[in-house]
Amino acid sequence: MVDILNKLSLCVERGKINEASPFPPDMIKQEGAEEFIQLAIMENISADDILQSLTLGMERIGIKFRENKVFVPEVLMAAKAMSSAIKYLAPFFQQGVVRRKGTLIIGTVAGDLHDIGKNLVAMIIEGNGWEIIDLGTNVSTETYLETVKENPGCFIGLSALLTTTMMNMESTVKAIKNEYPNTKVLIGGAPVTEEFREKIGADFYSYEPLAAVNFLNDNIK
Amino acid sequence: MAEKNILRQIKSKGVLLSDGAWGTQLFNKGLEPGECPELWNLNFRNKVLEIAQSYVNAGADIIGTNSFGGNSIKLEMYGQAEKAARINVEAARISREAAGPEKFVFGSVGPTGKILMMGDVTEKQVYDSFREQCISLSTGGVDAILIETMTALDEALLAVQAAKENTRLSVICTFSFDKTIDNKYRTMMGVSPTEMATTLINAGADIIGTNCGNGFDGMVDICREIRAVHSDIPLLVQANAGMPRLIDGNNVFPESPKDMAEKIPTLIDMGVNIIGGCCGTNPEHIAEFEKIIHK
Repeated sequence: MVDILNKLSLCVERGKINEASPFPPDMIKQEGAEEFIQLAIMENISADDILQSLTLGMERIGIKFRENKVFVPEVLMAAKAMSSAIKYLAPFFQQGVVRRKGTLIIGTVAGDLHDIGKNLVAMIIEGNGWEIIDLGTNVSTETYLETVKENPGCFIGLSALLTTTMMNMESTVKAIKNEYPNTKVLIGGAPVTEEFREKIGADFYSYEPLAAVNFLNDNIK
Repeated sequence: MAEKNILRQIKSKGVLLSDGAWGTQLFNKGLEPGECPELWNLNFRNKVLEIAQSYVNAGADIIGTNSFGGNSIKLEMYGQAEKAARINVEAARISREAAGPEKFVFGSVGPTGKILMMGDVTEKQVYDSFREQCISLSTGGVDAILIETMTALDEALLAVQAAKENTRLSVICTFSFDKTIDNKYRTMMGVSPTEMATTLINAGADIIGTNCGNGFDGMVDICREIRAVHSDIPLLVQANAGMPRLIDGNNVFPESPKDMAEKIPTLIDMGVNIIGGCCGTNPEHIAEFEKIIHK
């Protein structure tokens, strides 16, 4: 059992989706995350343990990313392997056998169409066992507010790449805090700084995704 | 008259001065966040022309075009893909109008915003999109294609091929690097300056270089790394006026024209051939650079 789970973690970390996938080149023709997760389910390994091994793989790649040992492509491929595998756990989520840690609503703020960073953060957080509601790009304050209303107890993540659209974070954060003062708002993106976070009254900023995972895990209700 | 050629010009005239930022200048002129900047070529032609003219007046030898996001894949995000050809032809005509026949116009080609290895788009879609853009810029009268702010080798290669195979223009390609925690330079996709240089030179790029980033200091390190491996390839550097800082609720780019101009002699000593600005630079920066480059 440990062997299967270790291999599953490794496949996620290395971005090895399945046997047919050509990435990474040194694992060509080997079995991938999709094969190992099906094997784990067949062997009756608990869904919790399986989920944990996916999380471990994402954590490892997140650490390598934070240390600049890998870059965006490796993280995106790891996330793709994770999300391809996690689909096999859908019945267990539906039956309530395993539960998500919570819900993060994420989107790029109004006026901004960039989504690479937002997607990367969303996938790392999903891989840690959170449910993600991805609102896409150019998301209006109203859309954030409606989605919060539909998902009590959720967290919110705002992304922006441009110095100009970063300014739209302020009005969105204020509107959320005004209606839902207890909802925690995380912000990120190339121009964002801790100083800016403090100024606009958001709850958390980090230049890398793993710190956001830790913040969420520390604030589970 | 012999055809204008940027490579010949570099050989005969030495270091050339390019323009500064377009994006930040467009926002100063009233572009709203979320608005398609390239659509201004059709709808607010005069404002775009004013930016081009401001750089001509500042003394730039080379003027870019308002076509950074003018590939059809990027334009489709604004629902404007079908206007790609018109937008790029007009971008070139506006800058040519400001530059006149003597100065150089570089047609700006930026990334698609999609990641090839993730399968978001096919190589053919990316190539075709760049092909249409390069042909349209050429039709509008640019002297060279400037493929800029690239981070992925596969996408940059497709852009270089599209420019080379479908126009007779010189092709320049620049990448944007960040500093890693162990003080190396890599693009967000993990490409090093030497990898970039070797790959682009093999693909037939005439001039390579680096843009955006966090000011001229990083550019010096990056050029040194390229020069250590490739001593002859012409280099272009367009730097940000530092990283923006929030001051009294406004984004301020910290490096003044004088701050930036002080670093120019170092770049010239390293054999950089074309120098200009990126985000946060304006005609005052370029006018200050001019005093050093054209002295």
